[in-house]
Amino acid sequence: MIDIDQANTEATTRMMEARPVLTSLGLARDVIPGMRENLILHAGPPITWDRMSGPLKGAIIGALIFEGKAQDATAAEALATSGEIDFEPCHHHNAVGPMAGVTSASMAVYIIENQTHGNRAFSNLNEGYGKVLRYGAYSQDVQDRLHWMHNVMAPVLKAAIEANGGIDIRALLAEALHMGDEGHNRNKAGSILYTKILAPHIARGAPNGNIAGDIIKGLGDNALSVLNPVMAACKAMSDAAHGIEGSTIVTTMARNGTDFGIRVSGLDDRWFTGPSQVPDGLYFPSYSLADANRDIGDSTITETAGIGGFAMAAAPAIVTFVSGKPRDAITATMEMYEITFTEHKTFTIPALDFRGTPTGIDIRSVVETGITPRINTGIAHKNAGVGQIGAGLVRPPMEIFEEALVTFAERYGFE
Amino acid sequence: MLKAEIRPGAYYDSVILMQLQRALAALPGVQEAGVVMGTAANKELLAQSDLFAPEVATVAADDLIIVVRTENADQASTALAQVNGLLTRRRNEAADDEYRPKTLASATQMQPDAHWVLISVPGRYAAGVAKEALRLGKHVFLYSDNVSLEEEVAIKQAAAAKGLLVMGPDCGTAIVNGVGLGFANRVRRGSIGVVGASGTGLQQVTARIHQLGGGITHAFGTGGRDLSETVGAITARQALDLLSRDPATKVIVLISKPPAPRVAEELLRLARATGKPVIVDFIGYKPAESQQDNLYFAHTLDATAALAVEIAAFEASTKAIESPSMPFTTSQRYLRGLFSGGTLAYEAMLILQEYLPAVYSNAPFDKRFKLAKATVSQGHTIVDLGEDEFTVGRLHPMLDHELRIKRLHQEAADPETAIILLDVVLGDGAHPDPASELAPAIADALASAEQAGRQLKIVAVVVGTDEDPQGFDHQVEQLQAVGAQIEFNNETAVRAVGQQLLQLNRPTDFVSIDLAILQEPLVALNVGLESFTASLIAQNTPVLQVDWRPPAGGNERLASILARMKRQSTLPSP
Repeated sequence: MIDIDQANTEATTRMMEARPVLTSLGLARDVIPGMRENLILHAGPPITWDRMSGPLKGAIIGALIFEGKAQDATAAEALATSGEIDFEPCHHHNAVGPMAGVTSASMAVYIIENQTHGNRAFSNLNEGYGKVLRYGAYSQDVQDRLHWMHNVMAPVLKAAIEANGGIDIRALLAEALHMGDEGHNRNKAGSILYTKILAPHIARGAPNGNIAGDIIKGLGDNALSVLNPVMAACKAMSDAAHGIEGSTIVTTMARNGTDFGIRVSGLDDRWFTGPSQVPDGLYFPSYSLADANRDIGDSTITETAGIGGFAMAAAPAIVTFVSGKPRDAITATMEMYEITFTEHKTFTIPALDFRGTPTGIDIRSVVETGITPRINTGIAHKNAGVGQIGAGLVRPPMEIFEEALVTFAERYGFE
Repeated sequence: MLKAEIRPGAYYDSVILMQLQRALAALPGVQEAGVVMGTAANKELLAQSDLFAPEVATVAADDLIIVVRTENADQASTALAQVNGLLTRRRNEAADDEYRPKTLASATQMQPDAHWVLISVPGRYAAGVAKEALRLGKHVFLYSDNVSLEEEVAIKQAAAAKGLLVMGPDCGTAIVNGVGLGFANRVRRGSIGVVGASGTGLQQVTARIHQLGGGITHAFGTGGRDLSETVGAITARQALDLLSRDPATKVIVLISKPPAPRVAEELLRLARATGKPVIVDFIGYKPAESQQDNLYFAHTLDATAALAVEIAAFEASTKAIESPSMPFTTSQRYLRGLFSGGTLAYEAMLILQEYLPAVYSNAPFDKRFKLAKATVSQGHTIVDLGEDEFTVGRLHPMLDHELRIKRLHQEAADPETAIILLDVVLGDGAHPDPASELAPAIADALASAEQAGRQLKIVAVVVGTDEDPQGFDHQVEQLQAVGAQIEFNNETAVRAVGQQLLQLNRPTDFVSIDLAILQEPLVALNVGLESFTASLIAQNTPVLQVDWRPPAGGNERLASILARMKRQSTLPSP
């Protein structure tokens, strides 16, 4: 009989001992395993075009235009439905992406290497705020921004990262958690640390001062600039914990804007999916719940790795997103200890006496307590191209954990 | 007008439900309100109060029923509309406090010093919570009732194997280290420890001890079924063992309704083994004697308390007699009695019943204990060497010592032998000088055992008078000179030996509970009735209330999978 606790100890130990280092940038087609010209990667579990939500469709349209495969939205949509283009989850290719998560062959991606176990993970670059591809915007200004990022910024960034000898994202996150970040919705401190590390190399390596200034300002103004490397780092850590025989630890949580999916370490690559929920939160002026898309994005990889909503106690500044009081931030993290297997060795929370963050979601505990993981998230407009309209809290549907538990019981003889 | 609202799968503890019921009943126009979980018993209760709305009939045990009786429909709707508000108001009040853990596991993380878990959840969940507490290495006060007998046995055996105590199920009261658990009186600390299978009995005795000027070290409840044959007094035996080792406890009280006879025997043996005065009140049970060894029998709760206080006062005024330390090796556990007199052997066996569960013999009164071979001892053995099987073709052992001396050497060579008991019968017709043959043999036996690294104890009962032809003193002196211990009557000799054997044969079917739990301040986790938390706080005792919900939201299939996964995963890996 399998020893679940022992398997979970192994899985979570691997997750925490993984040391994700941002080493470089590359083109998706060159570095992401299985990437090909007619493949578009998206966030969340597998989904067909007809079931996709507005923001995901919009982002795919934008990517096809960016790739030069279509001239406009009509042509892109025709191509998308023609069967010539394949859609697969980022997660099937060691990659993650925020919101729509759409990544195509010509896009530059961050390369994260887990120096403990050797696996790699990838994520696209963050575009900043406003009308952006990840929220399904594909207009000309979006395209212009993408081209600038890939033609101008990416080469400089790549050289800067390499010149720095890589960046240990786990160490950066541990520091950012002590500066009021939780690593998912709030990455202000982490982005500034990231910019600070790269700025000297960018200044030295950029073709001229104007370009250096633009890139540094872009990174520094964007409080999410480190989100994508952070997500890829979390992916590298979670992947290290995946595939442990007999483990009930969740190693993937992701949403495609329609479905919420999880995968479990001891249950191979099977997805357990249910309807993604509309987040509960605060909306930017003139928007409301009626405008919100169902929850979307691979960014739940942060909670999977023990930060994000699980580290809420580290980030009292953003409890206002869920109209709470600072005490609610503590309560949020305390609640997550109920469903996690261990406490993180590296990520700690000052307000909790430097207790490790709740780490390793155990499907047994989720089903037993009826407490689902708490996820901090941005809210996308349900129509393509409008962008972010708020931020808040969402939880996955309970039934996917129940289904995973029953499957586990059948597979390992606990029925 | 009767109006009901059913909330499927909504669990609240009964205190909350009562508060809600009271709040609803106080609303204008409401004549009566009922707020209960949908168990059969509760539905019956609703019917009796004229609150049985038709939709209640099909409700399941995990569903919450809210019923109001009003003059008109509007009042009913208005009242029911306030339910959420009333429930939330309470939740908000609670939310201002510290975070409340949802599971025992996380409560343990938050309060690692807690070694006790109070459980008062509905019976069908209680065993699961108790097992979880044991898994986490906690002692359990199990107030819940409606736990099946099989579950009780399973829980208690699991606890015994881990050196943990389970008081209950259906345990209403206990006092641990001065802190009352469940329903308990405020009593003085003192030197009397109590084990009680009866809740109010335990309260009456502890309260009375206080009134009489005595005090309590600890009082352990066991639950009413503990002393049944099926459960086998697991908790009572653990508690007795614990109190016997507790240096603060000088006197022990054991109260219960009359236990199963075999359990009573076992308990009394263990009570003797405590080496402390034990006042036994098996309510309604009248033993032949009021005192035997360290056991005192009382027939009423009041007499029990009075006797306990009196003996405790006496114990305090006298210096404790150090029990002689026993020189035996760990293999030496058994008695070997080599008797020449049949009646003496028989009486020895009868008395030893009070001390030992099994004594083998060639002539036992219970054929289960018949020696497989009369010439080979097993366990505790009493042989009657005057039986025909030994005397064929030779003289009676009172005349011819050859066979007994041979057996004496055989027992001395057995590494399991601790004590050898002999009778030496004097008088006309007996051997003219038995000690002249037995004393050298005893000397040899002691010496050969010593050579093998063991010390033997040899006790001789000398039956005779100062007018006997062998010379009583002369016989005794010869035997004492070689190191035998001499007794002049069989019962005294056997009881003294019995006491020592009790120490050598402590029950091995449970792991001793660490005495530290009686010495460190009590810190508890409470799962269930919030009033127990309030009561502990009132006693300045650290306690963490667990915000418990039925596992898997009451889904039995998932809950049973979870239980199996937990159990399996605690097994050592192959």
